[in-house]
Amino acid sequence: MGKYLAMIRMRFLMMLAYRTDYYTGILIYSINIGAYYFLWNAIYGEKSSIEGLSSMQMTTYVAVAWMARAFYFNNIDREIANEIKDGKVAIEMIRPYNYLGMKTMQGLGEGIFRFFFFSIPGMLLVAFIFPIELPHEPATWGIFAISLLFSFIINTQINLLTGITTFFLYNNAGLIRAKRVIIDLFSGLLLPISFYPIWAQEVMKYLPFQGISYVPSMIFTNGYSSGEIGMALLQQLIWVIILIIPIQLLWIVAKKQLIVQGG
Amino acid sequence: MFYVSMFFQYVSQYMKTRLQYRADFFMEILSDLLNQVVNLVFILVVFGHTQFLSGWSREEIIFIYGFFLIPFALFSAFFNIWDFNDRYIVKGEMDRILTRPIHSLFQVILERIELEALFGVVTGLIIIFYSGVKLDLELAWYDPILFIIFAIGGALAYAAIFVAIASIGFWSDAKTSIMPMMYNIGNYGRYPVDIYNKVIRFVLTWVLPFAFVGVYPASYFLRKEEWYAYAFATPVIGVAFFMISVFIWNQGVKRYRGAGN
Repeated sequence: MGKYLAMIRMRFLMMLAYRTDYYTGILIYSINIGAYYFLWNAIYGEKSSIEGLSSMQMTTYVAVAWMARAFYFNNIDREIANEIKDGKVAIEMIRPYNYLGMKTMQGLGEGIFRFFFFSIPGMLLVAFIFPIELPHEPATWGIFAISLLFSFIINTQINLLTGITTFFLYNNAGLIRAKRVIIDLFSGLLLPISFYPIWAQEVMKYLPFQGISYVPSMIFTNGYSSGEIGMALLQQLIWVIILIIPIQLLWIVAKKQLIVQGG
Repeated sequence: MFYVSMFFQYVSQYMKTRLQYRADFFMEILSDLLNQVVNLVFILVVFGHTQFLSGWSREEIIFIYGFFLIPFALFSAFFNIWDFNDRYIVKGEMDRILTRPIHSLFQVILERIELEALFGVVTGLIIIFYSGVKLDLELAWYDPILFIIFAIGGALAYAAIFVAIASIGFWSDAKTSIMPMMYNIGNYGRYPVDIYNKVIRFVLTWVLPFAFVGVYPASYFLRKEEWYAYAFATPVIGVAFFMISVFIWNQGVKRYRGAGN
């Protein structure tokens, strides 16, 4: 366990050293939130609510969805791909830790850093500019935190899966890009899932993506009833468990057929 | 003439290298396509809940998006200079560029072309055609000519912003993370400017003319007469901003001192 904690710490400190890069990140996210804020305002027009969300809740949804993304988002799929391509993965695999576990911890270190230096100041900045409503109940904050942790795990698991495919595809830059676009759309970052036509919602029920952004954002905006919250959290937990299976299977196969292309 | 032949030599060289890795080449086109599909899905889903967006109908918004894709594709194919600072200034590559007998900006652009982005023109045309038919738009004989002029004007406006920002690298070698920021601001131009407040509208028109890439020129083809003045200003703005940015670039090159050895 100690070595994994050290991994988190190292990545955190590494990020801290380059923290100036993140100030522009906050601005970029704020610009995106701004674009969607105006767009949603125009969409709402005279309407007081769409699909149970008021215009104020929608702004909050957009803001929290982007700032949560700063926490759960990481590039470990690309890091894995690069380590496979330049052969470093061979060294990593003889080291006395679980390679995938170690990557997850690095992602977590990055996430924790961005949570404190990106999400929180970003949220404050956005709350200052746009009319958003923060939850009043402390319980909501607690549930949101749990849900956010799940969303980090699900997103990281999908990243691990994408990263492992490099073992078979050798070059998966396109796949990584495609995955990112798909997650943005199906996770509820761009559009709350409840806005999609019913048939699309039915399909998305069977996909892990809405656990990444839609669930935590809905909790934060008080868009769920208390029964729905429980179901949503349970669904996230189930996906966390289910996704372990393909990762482990692929990993076993991948280790056997590893070809180091250089190094 | 020399510039034209240089251009085609670089393009043929580029095709050779890209087609070495065909799978990746098609993946890149595919992921661009996916991105465009996502944006369209967004528009479609949104219009499942409203009839009009500040008075613009669904087909009109789709038309604007389709139009936007064309100058954006031209821009992405030929002005892929978002990492100019890292690639040319920090690494000292600019020294090599300056020893060549063609204009430095032209040389940088040639080295960084990404022709697969041009596929966006195809998607853009399909989208425009689809929504144009739905809207029953009438075409005058000179409209295709205007279309090309507006598309090039829009691409120049876009390019001008990025060339000007790349030129900052000549003055300060600080990491310019302004580039990704600009890409995000550029998204504002995909929607009608009347949904934004006055300040943003002013910025999108006169400071960072992203509105001239999408809404303004598209509004001419949508026969929105209140925007005609802006629509016809597109090529003027494009050329003017581009000339300013080349001037800034030239000034920057004069100041360039190289990075160490």
